[in-house]
Amino acid sequence: MYSTDLRTDAEKRRAQKADAKRSVEDAAFLDAFQARIDAGDIIEAKDIMPEGYRKTLVRQISQHAHSEIVGMLPEGNWVTRAPTLRRKLILLAKIQDEAGHGLYLYSAAETLGRSRDDMVADLLSGKAKYSTIFTYPTPTWADMGTIGWLVDGAAITNQIPLCRCSFGPYARAMVRVCKEESFHQRQGYEIVTTLAQGTPEQKQMAQESLDRIWWPSLMMFGPPDGASAHSSQNMKWKIKRHSNDELRQRFIDTTVPQAEFLGLKIPDPDLKWNEERGRYDFGDIDWSEMWAVIKGGGICGKARIRARKAAHKEGEWVRAAAAAYAQKRNSEKAA
Amino acid sequence: MQSDNWFLYEVFIRSKNGMAHKHAGSVHAQDAETAILSARDLYTRRGEASSLWIIRSKDIIASDPAESGELYDPADDKIYRHPTFYSVPDGVKNM
Repeated sequence: MYSTDLRTDAEKRRAQKADAKRSVEDAAFLDAFQARIDAGDIIEAKDIMPEGYRKTLVRQISQHAHSEIVGMLPEGNWVTRAPTLRRKLILLAKIQDEAGHGLYLYSAAETLGRSRDDMVADLLSGKAKYSTIFTYPTPTWADMGTIGWLVDGAAITNQIPLCRCSFGPYARAMVRVCKEESFHQRQGYEIVTTLAQGTPEQKQMAQESLDRIWWPSLMMFGPPDGASAHSSQNMKWKIKRHSNDELRQRFIDTTVPQAEFLGLKIPDPDLKWNEERGRYDFGDIDWSEMWAVIKGGGICGKARIRARKAAHKEGEWVRAAAAAYAQKRNSEKAA
Repeated sequence: MQSDNWFLYEVFIRSKNGMAHKHAGSVHAQDAETAILSARDLYTRRGEASSLWIIRSKDIIASDPAESGELYDPADDKIYRHPTFYSVPDGVKNM
Protein backbone atom coordinates (compact mmCIF):
# COMPACT_ATOMS: atom_id res chain seq x y z
CA MET A 1 0.00 0.00 0.00
CA TYR A 2 2.69 2.52 0.89
CA SER A 3 6.15 0.98 0.39
CA THR A 4 8.82 2.31 2.61
CA ASP A 5 11.64 4.77 1.99
CA LEU A 6 13.32 2.40 -0.45
CA ARG A 7 16.03 4.79 -1.52
CA THR A 8 19.46 3.19 -1.64
CA ASP A 9 22.30 4.80 0.27
CA ALA A 10 23.64 6.16 -2.99
CA GLU A 11 20.27 7.74 -3.79
CA LYS A 12 20.01 9.28 -0.34
CA ARG A 13 23.53 10.70 -0.64
CA ARG A 14 22.72 12.10 -4.04
CA ALA A 15 19.49 13.65 -2.76
CA GLN A 16 21.39 15.18 0.16
CA LYS A 17 23.98 16.60 -2.21
CA ALA A 18 21.28 17.99 -4.46
CA ASP A 19 19.53 19.49 -1.43
CA ALA A 20 22.74 21.11 -0.25
CA LYS A 21 23.43 22.55 -3.68
CA ARG A 22 19.89 23.87 -3.73
CA SER A 23 20.33 25.25 -0.23
CA VAL A 24 17.41 27.48 -0.95
CA GLU A 25 14.86 25.59 -2.99
CA ASP A 26 14.88 27.75 -6.04
CA ALA A 27 11.85 28.84 -7.98
CA ALA A 28 12.65 26.52 -10.89
CA PHE A 29 12.67 23.49 -8.61
CA LEU A 30 9.42 24.43 -6.88
CA ASP A 31 7.76 25.28 -10.18
CA ALA A 32 8.77 21.95 -11.69
CA PHE A 33 7.28 20.17 -8.69
CA GLN A 34 4.11 22.24 -8.86
CA ALA A 35 3.84 21.42 -12.56
CA ARG A 36 3.90 17.70 -11.71
CA ILE A 37 1.12 18.25 -9.17
CA ASP A 38 -0.91 20.36 -11.59
CA ALA A 39 -0.59 17.64 -14.23
CA GLY A 40 -2.19 15.21 -11.79
CA ASP A 41 0.99 13.24 -11.07
CA ILE A 42 1.03 11.21 -7.88
CA ILE A 43 4.16 11.67 -5.79
CA GLU A 44 5.71 8.48 -4.43
CA ALA A 45 8.05 8.01 -1.49
CA LYS A 46 11.25 7.87 -3.52
CA ASP A 47 10.47 10.95 -5.60
CA ILE A 48 12.23 14.25 -5.13
CA MET A 49 9.94 16.69 -3.33
CA PRO A 50 10.24 20.11 -1.67
CA GLU A 51 11.15 19.98 1.99
CA GLY A 52 7.96 21.86 2.83
CA TYR A 53 5.84 19.20 1.12
CA ARG A 54 7.66 16.44 3.00
CA LYS A 55 7.36 18.25 6.35
CA THR A 56 3.69 19.07 5.89
CA LEU A 57 2.89 15.47 5.10
CA VAL A 58 4.91 14.07 7.99
CA ARG A 59 3.09 16.45 10.33
CA GLN A 60 -0.36 15.78 8.90
CA ILE A 61 -0.03 12.00 8.56
CA SER A 62 1.54 11.56 11.99
CA GLN A 63 -1.14 13.75 13.62
CA HIS A 64 -3.72 11.66 11.83
CA ALA A 65 -2.08 8.47 13.13
CA HIS A 66 -1.94 9.83 16.69
CA SER A 67 -5.64 10.71 16.47
CA GLU A 68 -6.51 7.14 15.52
CA ILE A 69 -4.46 5.78 18.43
CA VAL A 70 -5.75 8.25 21.04
CA GLY A 71 -9.23 7.78 19.55
CA MET A 72 -9.29 4.27 20.97
CA LEU A 73 -9.33 5.63 24.52
CA PRO A 74 -12.75 7.32 24.78
CA GLU A 75 -14.29 4.15 23.36
CA GLY A 76 -12.18 1.83 25.48
CA ASN A 77 -13.98 3.49 28.39
CA TRP A 78 -17.12 1.53 27.52
CA VAL A 79 -15.82 -1.94 26.54
CA THR A 80 -16.47 -3.51 29.93
CA ARG A 81 -19.87 -1.85 30.25
CA ALA A 82 -21.32 -2.35 26.78
CA PRO A 83 -25.01 -3.19 27.23
CA THR A 84 -24.94 -6.50 25.35
CA LEU A 85 -22.38 -9.00 24.15
CA ARG A 86 -23.17 -8.03 20.55
CA ARG A 87 -22.41 -4.38 21.27
CA LYS A 88 -19.24 -5.35 23.10
CA LEU A 89 -17.92 -7.42 20.19
CA ILE A 90 -18.71 -4.62 17.74
CA LEU A 91 -17.04 -2.03 19.94
CA LEU A 92 -13.93 -4.17 20.28
CA ALA A 93 -13.80 -4.66 16.51
CA LYS A 94 -14.11 -0.92 15.95
CA ILE A 95 -11.37 -0.13 18.45
CA GLN A 96 -9.13 -2.72 16.81
CA ASP A 97 -9.77 -1.02 13.46
CA GLU A 98 -8.67 2.31 14.94
CA ALA A 99 -5.40 0.73 16.04
CA GLY A 100 -5.02 -0.61 12.50
CA HIS A 101 -5.69 2.82 11.01
CA GLY A 102 -3.02 4.28 13.26
CA LEU A 103 -0.54 1.68 12.05
CA TYR A 104 -1.37 2.18 8.34
CA LEU A 105 -0.79 5.88 8.85
CA TYR A 106 2.46 5.54 10.79
CA SER A 107 3.71 3.35 7.93
CA ALA A 108 2.68 5.95 5.38
CA ALA A 109 4.51 8.66 7.35
CA GLU A 110 7.57 6.44 7.70
CA THR A 111 7.96 6.38 3.93
CA LEU A 112 8.92 10.05 4.28
CA GLY A 113 11.91 9.17 6.42
CA ARG A 114 10.63 9.65 10.00
CA SER A 115 10.64 6.55 12.20
CA ARG A 116 7.53 5.36 14.00
CA ASP A 117 9.45 5.40 17.28
CA ASP A 118 10.18 9.08 16.87
CA MET A 119 6.56 9.86 16.09
CA VAL A 120 5.31 7.87 19.08
CA ALA A 121 7.88 9.60 21.29
CA ASP A 122 6.49 12.96 20.15
CA LEU A 123 2.98 11.88 21.08
CA LEU A 124 4.00 10.67 24.53
CA SER A 125 6.05 13.77 25.28
CA GLY A 126 3.12 16.00 24.36
CA LYS A 127 5.03 17.56 21.48
CA ALA A 128 2.74 16.12 18.82
CA LYS A 129 -0.90 17.09 18.42
CA TYR A 130 -3.92 14.93 17.79
CA SER A 131 -7.54 15.72 17.03
CA THR A 132 -9.17 17.81 19.76
CA ILE A 133 -12.32 15.68 19.59
CA PHE A 134 -10.65 12.87 21.54
CA THR A 135 -10.02 15.06 24.57
CA TYR A 136 -13.74 15.09 25.33
CA PRO A 137 -15.08 12.65 27.92
CA THR A 138 -17.58 9.89 27.11
CA PRO A 139 -19.82 9.83 30.18
CA THR A 140 -22.69 7.74 28.79
CA TRP A 141 -23.17 4.74 26.53
CA ALA A 142 -24.95 7.01 24.05
CA ASP A 143 -21.58 8.63 23.37
CA MET A 144 -20.44 5.37 21.74
CA GLY A 145 -23.28 5.82 19.28
CA THR A 146 -22.77 9.52 18.74
CA ILE A 147 -19.03 9.13 18.26
CA GLY A 148 -19.53 6.51 15.56
CA TRP A 149 -22.22 8.53 13.87
CA LEU A 150 -20.75 12.03 14.10
CA VAL A 151 -17.04 11.67 14.77
CA ASP A 152 -16.50 8.84 12.33
CA GLY A 153 -18.93 10.56 9.99
CA ALA A 154 -16.86 13.75 10.09
CA ALA A 155 -13.69 11.69 9.67
CA ILE A 156 -15.15 10.04 6.55
CA THR A 157 -16.07 13.44 5.11
CA ASN A 158 -12.47 14.54 5.66
CA GLN A 159 -10.88 11.31 4.48
CA ILE A 160 -12.74 10.59 1.27
CA PRO A 161 -11.04 13.49 -0.57
CA LEU A 162 -7.72 12.37 0.96
CA CYS A 163 -8.02 9.15 -1.07
CA ARG A 164 -7.04 11.41 -4.00
CA CYS A 165 -4.25 13.18 -2.14
CA SER A 166 -1.16 13.86 -4.28
CA PHE A 167 1.04 11.69 -2.04
CA GLY A 168 0.51 8.06 -3.04
CA PRO A 169 1.25 6.27 0.25
CA TYR A 170 -1.16 8.55 2.17
CA ALA A 171 -3.86 8.21 -0.47
CA ARG A 172 -3.62 4.40 -0.47
CA ALA A 173 -3.79 4.27 3.32
CA MET A 174 -6.92 6.44 3.15
CA VAL A 175 -8.64 4.11 0.70
CA ARG A 176 -8.26 1.29 3.16
CA VAL A 177 -9.30 3.43 6.12
CA CYS A 178 -12.41 4.74 4.37
CA LYS A 179 -13.60 1.23 3.56
CA GLU A 180 -13.46 0.38 7.25
CA GLU A 181 -14.89 3.64 8.60
CA SER A 182 -18.20 3.00 6.94
CA PHE A 183 -18.89 0.17 9.40
CA HIS A 184 -17.94 2.50 12.24
CA GLN A 185 -20.45 5.12 11.27
CA ARG A 186 -23.26 2.65 10.72
CA GLN A 187 -22.76 0.85 14.02
CA GLY A 188 -22.81 4.25 15.75
CA TYR A 189 -26.00 5.30 14.03
CA GLU A 190 -27.55 1.97 14.97
CA ILE A 191 -26.77 2.58 18.65
CA VAL A 192 -28.29 6.08 18.47
CA THR A 193 -31.31 4.75 16.59
CA THR A 194 -31.94 2.11 19.25
CA LEU A 195 -31.77 4.73 22.00
CA ALA A 196 -33.83 7.31 20.11
CA GLN A 197 -36.58 4.75 19.56
CA GLY A 198 -36.36 3.41 23.12
CA THR A 199 -37.73 4.66 26.44
CA PRO A 200 -37.98 8.42 27.10
CA GLU A 201 -34.87 8.12 29.30
CA GLN A 202 -32.95 6.44 26.50
CA LYS A 203 -34.03 9.05 24.01
CA GLN A 204 -32.95 11.77 26.40
CA MET A 205 -29.58 10.10 26.77
CA ALA A 206 -29.16 10.14 22.98
CA GLN A 207 -30.20 13.80 22.80
CA GLU A 208 -27.79 14.84 25.55
CA SER A 209 -24.97 13.04 23.83
CA LEU A 210 -25.76 14.82 20.55
CA ASP A 211 -25.82 18.11 22.47
CA ARG A 212 -22.34 17.40 23.84
CA ILE A 213 -20.68 16.15 20.68
CA TRP A 214 -22.28 18.21 17.88
CA TRP A 215 -20.14 21.33 18.14
CA PRO A 216 -16.85 19.56 18.86
CA SER A 217 -17.47 17.37 15.80
CA LEU A 218 -17.88 20.49 13.63
CA MET A 219 -14.54 21.69 14.97
CA MET A 220 -12.90 18.52 13.64
CA PHE A 221 -12.74 20.18 10.22
CA GLY A 222 -10.34 22.76 11.58
CA PRO A 223 -10.49 26.53 11.79
CA PRO A 224 -12.46 28.57 9.25
CA ASP A 225 -10.72 29.03 5.91
CA GLY A 226 -9.62 32.57 6.69
CA ALA A 227 -7.84 31.49 9.88
CA SER A 228 -6.27 28.23 8.73
CA ALA A 229 -2.49 28.39 8.75
CA HIS A 230 -1.64 25.73 6.18
CA SER A 231 -4.76 25.50 4.08
CA SER A 232 -3.95 27.31 0.84
CA GLN A 233 -0.49 25.82 0.25
CA ASN A 234 -1.87 22.36 1.01
CA MET A 235 -4.64 22.90 -1.52
CA LYS A 236 -2.06 23.96 -4.10
CA TRP A 237 -0.06 20.83 -3.46
CA LYS A 238 -3.27 18.79 -3.59
CA ILE A 239 -2.65 17.39 -0.14
CA LYS A 240 -6.04 18.85 0.63
CA ARG A 241 -8.72 18.87 -2.03
CA HIS A 242 -11.40 20.97 -0.32
CA SER A 243 -11.34 23.76 2.23
CA ASN A 244 -12.22 23.22 5.89
CA ASP A 245 -15.44 25.21 5.53
CA GLU A 246 -16.57 23.28 2.47
CA LEU A 247 -16.06 19.93 4.18
CA ARG A 248 -17.82 21.17 7.31
CA GLN A 249 -20.80 22.28 5.21
CA ARG A 250 -20.95 18.89 3.49
CA PHE A 251 -20.97 17.12 6.82
CA ILE A 252 -23.77 19.31 8.15
CA ASP A 253 -25.82 18.84 4.99
CA THR A 254 -25.63 15.05 5.18
CA THR A 255 -26.02 14.77 8.96
CA VAL A 256 -28.98 17.03 9.71
CA PRO A 257 -31.53 14.81 7.92
CA GLN A 258 -30.13 11.79 9.79
CA ALA A 259 -30.85 13.55 13.10
CA GLU A 260 -34.30 14.58 11.91
CA PHE A 261 -35.09 10.98 11.01
CA LEU A 262 -34.43 10.00 14.62
CA GLY A 263 -36.43 12.91 16.03
CA LEU A 264 -33.30 14.32 17.66
CA LYS A 265 -32.64 18.04 17.73
CA ILE A 266 -29.35 19.50 16.56
CA PRO A 267 -28.30 21.95 19.31
CA ASP A 268 -28.09 24.98 17.03
CA PRO A 269 -30.96 27.49 17.09
CA ASP A 270 -29.67 29.12 13.89
CA LEU A 271 -29.68 25.91 11.87
CA LYS A 272 -32.09 26.12 8.96
CA TRP A 273 -32.39 24.98 5.36
CA ASN A 274 -31.43 27.65 2.88
CA GLU A 275 -33.52 27.03 -0.21
CA GLU A 276 -31.49 29.39 -2.34
CA ARG A 277 -28.12 27.85 -1.51
CA GLY A 278 -29.52 24.36 -1.35
CA ARG A 279 -27.56 23.91 1.85
CA TYR A 280 -28.05 24.40 5.57
CA ASP A 281 -27.21 27.69 7.26
CA PHE A 282 -25.80 27.19 10.71
CA GLY A 283 -24.82 29.21 13.77
CA ASP A 284 -21.40 30.58 14.67
CA ILE A 285 -18.92 28.09 16.04
CA ASP A 286 -17.29 29.07 19.30
CA TRP A 287 -13.68 28.78 18.18
CA SER A 288 -12.37 29.92 21.55
CA GLU A 289 -13.36 26.45 22.77
CA MET A 290 -11.16 24.72 20.19
CA TRP A 291 -8.18 26.99 20.81
CA ALA A 292 -8.58 26.45 24.55
CA VAL A 293 -8.50 22.67 24.01
CA ILE A 294 -5.42 22.93 21.79
CA LYS A 295 -3.65 25.08 24.37
CA GLY A 296 -4.84 23.50 27.58
CA GLY A 297 -5.36 19.89 26.52
CA GLY A 298 -9.10 19.83 27.09
CA ILE A 299 -10.98 17.93 29.77
CA CYS A 300 -9.28 14.59 29.20
CA GLY A 301 -6.06 15.60 27.44
CA LYS A 302 -3.82 14.77 30.37
CA ALA A 303 -5.62 11.50 31.04
CA ARG A 304 -5.27 10.46 27.38
CA ILE A 305 -1.51 10.91 27.35
CA ARG A 306 -1.21 9.30 30.76
CA ALA A 307 -3.10 6.29 29.42
CA ARG A 308 -0.86 6.09 26.32
CA LYS A 309 2.28 6.32 28.45
CA ALA A 310 1.01 3.60 30.78
CA ALA A 311 0.13 1.37 27.82
CA HIS A 312 3.58 1.90 26.38
CA LYS A 313 5.26 1.07 29.67
CA GLU A 314 3.08 -1.93 30.34
CA GLY A 315 3.84 -3.22 26.85
CA GLU A 316 7.56 -3.11 27.48
CA TRP A 317 7.76 -6.78 28.51
CA VAL A 318 5.87 -7.80 25.35
CA ARG A 319 8.44 -6.05 23.17
CA ALA A 320 11.26 -7.55 25.22
CA ALA A 321 9.71 -11.02 24.89
CA ALA A 322 9.34 -10.60 21.13
CA ALA A 323 12.98 -9.62 20.85
CA ALA A 324 14.11 -12.52 23.03
CA TYR A 325 12.00 -14.98 21.06
CA ALA A 326 13.41 -13.74 17.76
CA GLN A 327 16.92 -14.02 19.12
CA LYS A 328 16.32 -17.55 20.36
CA ARG A 329 14.89 -18.61 17.02
CA ASN A 330 17.86 -17.14 15.19
CA SER A 331 20.39 -18.89 17.42
CA GLU A 332 18.51 -22.19 16.97
CA LYS A 333 18.68 -21.74 13.23
CA ALA A 334 22.38 -20.93 13.39
CA ALA A 335 23.10 -24.01 15.54
CA MET B 1 10.85 2.76 24.80
CA GLN B 2 13.18 2.20 21.88
CA SER B 3 12.24 -0.50 19.44
CA ASP B 4 14.43 0.87 16.69
CA ASN B 5 15.95 -2.53 16.20
CA TRP B 6 12.59 -3.85 14.99
CA PHE B 7 12.55 -4.76 11.36
CA LEU B 8 10.20 -3.32 8.83
CA TYR B 9 8.52 -5.92 6.63
CA GLU B 10 6.50 -5.32 3.49
CA VAL B 11 3.28 -7.31 3.26
CA PHE B 12 1.80 -8.81 0.10
CA ILE B 13 -1.67 -10.32 -0.02
CA ARG B 14 -3.18 -12.84 -2.41
CA SER B 15 -6.88 -12.17 -2.07
CA LYS B 16 -7.83 -15.55 -3.52
CA ASN B 17 -6.13 -18.29 -5.47
CA GLY B 18 -5.82 -17.39 -9.09
CA MET B 19 -4.84 -13.80 -8.26
CA ALA B 20 -1.33 -12.43 -7.86
CA HIS B 21 0.03 -11.20 -4.55
CA LYS B 22 -0.37 -7.47 -4.21
CA HIS B 23 1.45 -5.07 -1.94
CA ALA B 24 -0.75 -4.20 1.04
CA GLY B 25 1.49 -2.25 3.41
CA SER B 26 4.11 -2.84 6.04
CA VAL B 27 4.48 -4.09 9.61
CA HIS B 28 7.16 -3.85 12.26
CA ALA B 29 8.31 -7.12 13.78
CA GLN B 30 11.27 -8.85 15.34
CA ASP B 31 11.10 -11.97 13.22
CA ALA B 32 9.36 -13.38 10.18
CA GLU B 33 6.95 -15.54 12.11
CA THR B 34 5.50 -12.70 14.18
CA ALA B 35 5.56 -10.46 11.13
CA ILE B 36 3.15 -12.88 9.44
CA LEU B 37 0.89 -12.85 12.51
CA SER B 38 0.96 -9.04 12.71
CA ALA B 39 0.26 -8.80 9.00
CA ARG B 40 -2.69 -11.17 9.50
CA ASP B 41 -4.05 -8.95 12.29
CA LEU B 42 -3.42 -5.71 10.47
CA TYR B 43 -4.32 -6.41 6.86
CA THR B 44 -6.77 -9.32 6.86
CA ARG B 45 -9.37 -8.49 9.50
CA ARG B 46 -12.13 -8.93 6.94
CA GLY B 47 -11.02 -12.07 5.16
CA GLU B 48 -8.90 -10.23 2.58
CA ALA B 49 -6.32 -12.97 2.15
CA SER B 50 -5.84 -16.56 1.09
CA SER B 51 -2.08 -16.16 1.23
CA LEU B 52 0.43 -13.72 2.72
CA TRP B 53 3.97 -12.91 1.66
CA ILE B 54 6.30 -10.81 3.74
CA ILE B 55 9.79 -9.60 2.98
CA ARG B 56 12.21 -7.43 4.90
CA SER B 57 11.80 -3.95 3.47
CA LYS B 58 15.54 -3.48 3.27
CA ASP B 59 15.79 -6.52 0.99
CA ILE B 60 13.69 -4.88 -1.71
CA ILE B 61 15.75 -3.50 -4.54
CA ALA B 62 13.88 -0.67 -6.21
CA SER B 63 14.67 1.28 -9.34
CA ASP B 64 15.63 4.91 -8.96
CA PRO B 65 13.00 7.41 -10.14
CA ALA B 66 15.78 9.82 -11.11
CA GLU B 67 16.93 7.26 -13.66
CA SER B 68 13.48 6.44 -15.00
CA GLY B 69 14.32 8.24 -18.22
CA GLU B 70 17.31 6.14 -19.23
CA LEU B 71 15.84 3.01 -17.74
CA TYR B 72 12.60 3.00 -19.65
CA ASP B 73 13.15 5.06 -22.76
CA PRO B 74 14.46 2.14 -24.85
CA ALA B 75 10.81 1.07 -25.05
CA ASP B 76 9.56 4.51 -26.10
CA ASP B 77 10.56 4.37 -29.80
CA LYS B 78 9.38 0.84 -30.47
CA ILE B 79 5.80 1.57 -31.23
CA TYR B 80 5.75 -1.42 -33.60
CA ARG B 81 5.51 -3.57 -30.48
CA HIS B 82 1.91 -2.47 -30.08
CA PRO B 83 -0.84 -4.04 -32.17
CA THR B 84 -2.30 -0.61 -32.93
CA PHE B 85 0.83 0.14 -35.00
CA TYR B 86 -0.48 -2.08 -37.81
CA SER B 87 -3.34 -1.35 -40.11
CA VAL B 88 -5.63 -4.22 -40.88
CA PRO B 89 -7.44 -4.06 -44.25
CA ASP B 90 -11.15 -3.35 -44.04
CA GLY B 91 -13.17 -6.51 -44.13
CA VAL B 92 -10.56 -8.64 -42.36
CA LYS B 93 -12.09 -9.93 -39.15
CA ASN B 94 -11.02 -11.60 -35.93
CA MET B 95 -7.57 -10.03 -35.83
